Amino acid sequence: MRATLTHLGAMVTAGVWRLGYAARFFGYLLVHSATAFRRFGLTVREIYFAGVLSLIIILVSGLFVGMVLGLQGYDTLQRYGSSEALGVLVALSLVRELGPVVAGLLFASRAGSAITAEIGLMKATEQLSAMEMMAVDPVARVVAPRFWGGVISMPLLAALFSAMGIFGGYLVGVVLIGVDEGAFWSQMQDAVDVREDILNGVIKSVVFGFAVSLIAVFEGFDATPTAEGVSRATTRTVVTSSLAILALDFVLTALMFTGGN
Amino acid sequence: MTRSTIDLWVGVFVAIGLGALLFLALKVGNLASFSTAETYRVEARFANIGGLKVRAPVKSAGVVVGRVAEIGFDNEAYEAVAVLTLDARFKFPRDTSAKILTSGLLGEQYIGLEAGGDERMLADGERLRLTQSAVVLENLIGQFFTSKAAEGGDAKGAK
Repeated sequence: MRATLTHLGAMVTAGVWRLGYAARFFGYLLVHSATAFRRFGLTVREIYFAGVLSLIIILVSGLFVGMVLGLQGYDTLQRYGSSEALGVLVALSLVRELGPVVAGLLFASRAGSAITAEIGLMKATEQLSAMEMMAVDPVARVVAPRFWGGVISMPLLAALFSAMGIFGGYLVGVVLIGVDEGAFWSQMQDAVDVREDILNGVIKSVVFGFAVSLIAVFEGFDATPTAEGVSRATTRTVVTSSLAILALDFVLTALMFTGGN
Repeated sequence: MTRSTIDLWVGVFVAIGLGALLFLALKVGNLASFSTAETYRVEARFANIGGLKVRAPVKSAGVVVGRVAEIGFDNEAYEAVAVLTLDARFKFPRDTSAKILTSGLLGEQYIGLEAGGDERMLADGERLRLTQSAVVLENLIGQFFTSKAAEGGDAKGAK
């Protein structure tokens, strides 16, 4: 009993300790981000790895999610005789929720894990210590470009996911099933508000970009410098950032889409 | 892979990402319509607005001519106050009447304007005098029952 309590207490303390360290790390990272923008080539290279290489999975998943939404939405809507509202359903669910969230989850598992593994391995092979020896700050040189690369890529990927999903919904709804094309687009444009829906979706994806990138670089930087430690850190990145995305999504949704109308 | 090809790919990525955002804003959203057009505001008071919401369309002859900008409550007269922003291209006479209508059986509610015959046109900040409230289903059913009950009473009385 006593041992269990002690263990529990130690776990909580360690968790709070890590949280504090992560917060300090984030502050340090922000202060030392100037390099990432002064030598923008470094960040561009990371946008390539985080963003461009995630394109295929994002586009293909977006297309399929949109097509499934089209099928499912049509099946439900036509019971109420309002299958023209399919465009509204597909667009709103993608722009508000699925775009940022699913793109964020895919981004965490595709790019976040890669960032963690890379930084963790650099630590395990003592490349980070070597940089420090040469008076190069590894946070400024290695961590910050990866962080900002992720932050910049994420909203673009989420927008592409939504756009691709709407195209998928269009393919299934209009081309395959034969919902009226004019009604599909015009009802969508009527219902989707640029500020209320699209901008809020973009804000979500930016927040997710920050969260996932921070978790990824922190887990890599904090990894135990062994093969096992790196593998654990990679797993933790995917788990923690997925949970963070879902929890943040709830908070942001509660802030954005309640009240008024 | 040399640096320049990476730059190219990142450029392509950023371009199509921004393109997707633009697609969302223009084709999916309603940025193109209504945000830049000049508008003027008029006020309309209703005894009951039903399910009318902010941003609901204001239509005349079925064409969207504006939006509901805000909905408030007048605590003196116990009336709902709806502020409408109308497109400046469309002018309406001062005795235009406003009705709260429903599109379809279960559709959203909107305000329908019916132009009157006054020579003077509505100006910014003016008030629509003639309004008709939303139809509330419960009241309608209540009326139906009372009239049925009255009919039943008459029928019995006649016998």
